Amino acid sequence: MESIQDTSSRKSLCFATLVVMLSTLCSPAIASRSIIDSAGRTVEIPDTINTVFAAGPPASVLVYVVRPETLAGWPRALRKNEIPYIAADYQSLPETGRLTGRGGEANLETVLSIKPDLIIDFGSIRDTYIDLANRVQAQTGIPYVLIDGRFDQTPAALRLTGDILGASERGEALARAAEKLFSRVDAITAAVAEGDRPRVYLARGPDGLETGSKGSINTEIIERAGGRNVIDAGDGRHGGLVEISMENMIAVDPDYIVTWDQNFFADARQNPLWAGISAMQEDQFYLSPTAPFGWIDRPPSLNRIIGLQWMSRLLYPEQWDTELSEEAAQFYQDWYHVELDEEQLQVLLSWAEGQPPE
Amino acid sequence: MSTSGRRRLPVTTGFIGPGLILLALAAASLFAIMIGPYSLSASQALAALVGLSGDPQADIVVQQIRLPRIGAALLVGAALAASGATYQAMFRNPLVSPDILGVSAGAGLGAVLGIFLSLPVAMIQLCAFVGGMSAVLLVGLVVRLGNNNNPTLALILTGVVIGALAGAMTSLLKVMADPYDQLPAITFWLLGSLASITLTDMKPALPAVLLGLTPLILLRWRINVLAFGDEEAKTLGVDAGKLRLAVIVAATLITASVTAIAGVIGWVGLVIPHIARMLVGPGFGRLLPASMALGAGYLLLIDTLARTLSEVETPIGILTAVIGAPFFIALLARGKRGWN
Repeated sequence: MESIQDTSSRKSLCFATLVVMLSTLCSPAIASRSIIDSAGRTVEIPDTINTVFAAGPPASVLVYVVRPETLAGWPRALRKNEIPYIAADYQSLPETGRLTGRGGEANLETVLSIKPDLIIDFGSIRDTYIDLANRVQAQTGIPYVLIDGRFDQTPAALRLTGDILGASERGEALARAAEKLFSRVDAITAAVAEGDRPRVYLARGPDGLETGSKGSINTEIIERAGGRNVIDAGDGRHGGLVEISMENMIAVDPDYIVTWDQNFFADARQNPLWAGISAMQEDQFYLSPTAPFGWIDRPPSLNRIIGLQWMSRLLYPEQWDTELSEEAAQFYQDWYHVELDEEQLQVLLSWAEGQPPE
Repeated sequence: MSTSGRRRLPVTTGFIGPGLILLALAAASLFAIMIGPYSLSASQALAALVGLSGDPQADIVVQQIRLPRIGAALLVGAALAASGATYQAMFRNPLVSPDILGVSAGAGLGAVLGIFLSLPVAMIQLCAFVGGMSAVLLVGLVVRLGNNNNPTLALILTGVVIGALAGAMTSLLKVMADPYDQLPAITFWLLGSLASITLTDMKPALPAVLLGLTPLILLRWRINVLAFGDEEAKTLGVDAGKLRLAVIVAATLITASVTAIAGVIGWVGLVIPHIARMLVGPGFGRLLPASMALGAGYLLLIDTLARTLSEVETPIGILTAVIGAPFFIALLARGKRGWN
């Protein structure tokens, strides 16, 4: 008898817990407000946000920068050389997987078990992603916000995210910093006619022959920094990732080549085929640091703010009177919440000069 | 041994046929040397070929880029068609292609692993080669362990299974790969391309392909016997088991070597032997060289398209499929099987 009672009481306890959980999920009692995301969707979100699930790497950088204590985990576990450049509290956040993009491997049950107050995706706001957001939101009951990830939209993204996460002041301050940098590089660029701007190639992939054509999210930093992407479909379409041949490389003959691939960087400097390219002959072949995130891409997120400065310095060195070391230290402190010691800073600076850490 | 003289076109008899084919290949190669994104007039290109153009960059483009690339197209096309013809003859099945025993899937997995581990290009190629060879080795071991009274069927089935398994592992790595860094590189590799082939890449591939081709050429008459079945082969004094092993090793070596440098290029090994069979009949002694010549010409044509169609490269694996599939359907619709 006793055991039956016991079971039934346990059952009712379970049931009660379930009711409470469900009511927490869809209870109107919790204070909430509606916001309009970058895709124009009206999303009902709780007033206080404690946990955010980042749908992909760009979103994780955005959330980490704006309000790291809400970040539920990293879509991809941090690599060894990236860890020191993340604030101590967030170095060991769990790996959560991506919710969007090609992999889409994050399990919705995993998302639910994390019980985030909000899902944020930062990047494309095309219909596919809007549809995905609506579906996931309907399925899980968790509000899902889309934020435009185009580089030019960075200040708006920072303000919107600040507002959503209850960090309006920080969002505003960062947005102002981004605007200041944008107008600084734009002022430099404005003085140079389109046709006179340096011709830049962003090399991706192990052989450096993968790139983004003009307008792709991966290479938009080139135009922003006042360069011209040598790979241009020319029809005004937003480009994507493409593969070119070595002959094409010689034909387009860029003045500058930037990459973050260390293998390619080491190989190309010894490769006679690359030796004839103007960028090589002018010694304008550069490697970008990737810790904790890539400076120019990988992922295409707020990490490009420091990359923009770095690239503008490469293209227009005489226009910059501040030291990269100071600017980088300041950026890592203001945006990534880490105070770099002398050694860490030196690693980054040597990296940016073509000597990556082992 | 060949009973198909009736079906042969007159052009392929004697020495005139092969001579004409080689001449056509040489002409096509010469034409391909003259065109490309780096703007050169035909005469400049020919001058650059012998280093007399006066423009060092032009010399590099023609000698170091176009020439190896054309060589690679010829080599890869000939190699894939040769191993396709071999597998089809051995299994007496027209739907068999060089990747039937999992070579491409294994090579793909190897390369993807290399990209996933951020290895340099040469190491990625080595991984692809090792992956392709291992897949077939695994197939062989599994078949060996089992007690099969139909070794051919066992080989094909095991090949399909191991290939599928390698494909699944490849997908797993793609899911785990960095979507902004490794995933695009993996995608491009799996579509196949000759865009970045250099002389350095050709150096290990060429001898490996020749090494694989040698036994096929030497054993070309015996390979016909395999088509009759093991018992008949025995009465003709051929040890079918040993011969099959030698042929598999040779064809695998060929496919794995070219896949390692060019990525996964489908359809050539499937379609080309069919066309060759229509021209010269099923006798392997003629089928092998005919397939090689046709395969070389076909891939040269496709690669020339790939590098001139647009500003950027069109992955060659896409073109071989887009052109190969309808062609194959047309062949089937005409009902010419070319086996008998």
